[in-house]
Amino acid sequence: MHISEGILTAPVLTGGAVLTTVGTAIGLKKLDYDRIMTVSLLSATFFVASLIHVPIGPGSVHLLLGGLLGLILGWGAFPAIVVALSLQAIFFQYGGMLVLGVNGTIIAGPAVLCGLLFHPLLTGTRKKQMTAGFLAGFCAMFLSAVLMAGALYLSDSGFLRVAGLVLASHFPVMLIEGVITMFVVSFLARVQPEILSLTP
Amino acid sequence: MIDEPFATGSTLFHKRDPKIKIIGTTAISMVLALCTSIPVAATGCIITAILLSFSRPNFKLLSRRLIQVNIFTLFIWITLPLTYGKGETIQLSFLNIHLDGIRMAALISLKTNGILFCFLALLATSSTSSLGHGLEKLGVPRKLSFLFLFTYRQLFVIHQEYLRLQRAAKLRGFTPNNSLHTYQTYSHLFGMTLVKSWNRGERIHQAMILRGFNGRLIPLTQPQPGKADYYFLFVMLLISLFLAGLSFVSVSQ
Repeated sequence: MHISEGILTAPVLTGGAVLTTVGTAIGLKKLDYDRIMTVSLLSATFFVASLIHVPIGPGSVHLLLGGLLGLILGWGAFPAIVVALSLQAIFFQYGGMLVLGVNGTIIAGPAVLCGLLFHPLLTGTRKKQMTAGFLAGFCAMFLSAVLMAGALYLSDSGFLRVAGLVLASHFPVMLIEGVITMFVVSFLARVQPEILSLTP
Repeated sequence: MIDEPFATGSTLFHKRDPKIKIIGTTAISMVLALCTSIPVAATGCIITAILLSFSRPNFKLLSRRLIQVNIFTLFIWITLPLTYGKGETIQLSFLNIHLDGIRMAALISLKTNGILFCFLALLATSSTSSLGHGLEKLGVPRKLSFLFLFTYRQLFVIHQEYLRLQRAAKLRGFTPNNSLHTYQTYSHLFGMTLVKSWNRGERIHQAMILRGFNGRLIPLTQPQPGKADYYFLFVMLLISLFLAGLSFVSVSQ
């Protein structure tokens, strides 16, 4: 789930860069040095998630788990995701420096939004927690795909059908993300609830 | 799987100051990303390919990297000629191939690869930690560069941790397939990785507080850009100016 360098136009690149800068600034502001170590470890874990390939149908997809990171870190997920993305650009040349802004907005924006939106549900029963997990994973991926399609369409209206293709092809990924996030949330709630900011 | 195969070497590119290389990459890739004509993109691609050849990358690793990134370009070549543009089309049995789409796909491939070459020549020849410190010197907030450096430091640890858990699952006879059980197992493996990294983070934090950490990381080597670095920067900026000028000429024509 990256847009490569060289596809988007200047206004879209700039818009993405501004949004990511603002999001990262808010995230950093809410982060004090006592929590920064935890955030960097979760950012590394988020990076590792992208190396995990889960089978689906005849192929496999790699995990993203933005929604999960949003649930755990709230606004802190923004800088964490931006850092993980820039490391991916350096290690694998996926994405790049100029599209980092757009890619950051596409992945971190929905992650933070879904995290903040569904976190209150986590205090409920186990069923509610699992629902929150599924919704956070599913919706974050769905919104990311919508934003990605939107960025392509805004760049060049000729990309409309490609954007539609991107959206459609991400549907199975949304389901997987939802299911995996749901199980991880229920696991964390039982094993170490403080990760989800819940009192044991 | 996670490594920096191009970061070691002793060429002109490896010796340059990371800050200078970050500025150079930004300038060249910005011009390339925004250009709209195929000849300019092709010139840029050739220039950056020459730069890349100066950094003498391992050919086998390089081609593998190029193939990985160009899988996306392949997707563009499959979709755009069929969907992009309204102009002339060529009828190929039952397919309508748009010439505009082919042009657009060619432009995108040239731009993507040009920027990729530039990235590999300039940034991949520095170690990630020196890039992190370089970013801090260039005005990136300290908290962010700290996050960057520490994420990089912990990446390998977390990956090892995950692989260890995965190996344990395999030894117990786990074979992934399309079932809810598989997804649940993966979730628990990942959840356990999270739990372990969370607790590891706490321990590291305590250890650092004990050693008097005050939010600042001091690198062992603090390179200062020398004369050669400034000449290098001048050449990089010249290249980007040349490409920018070329795009203006091609637009006015």
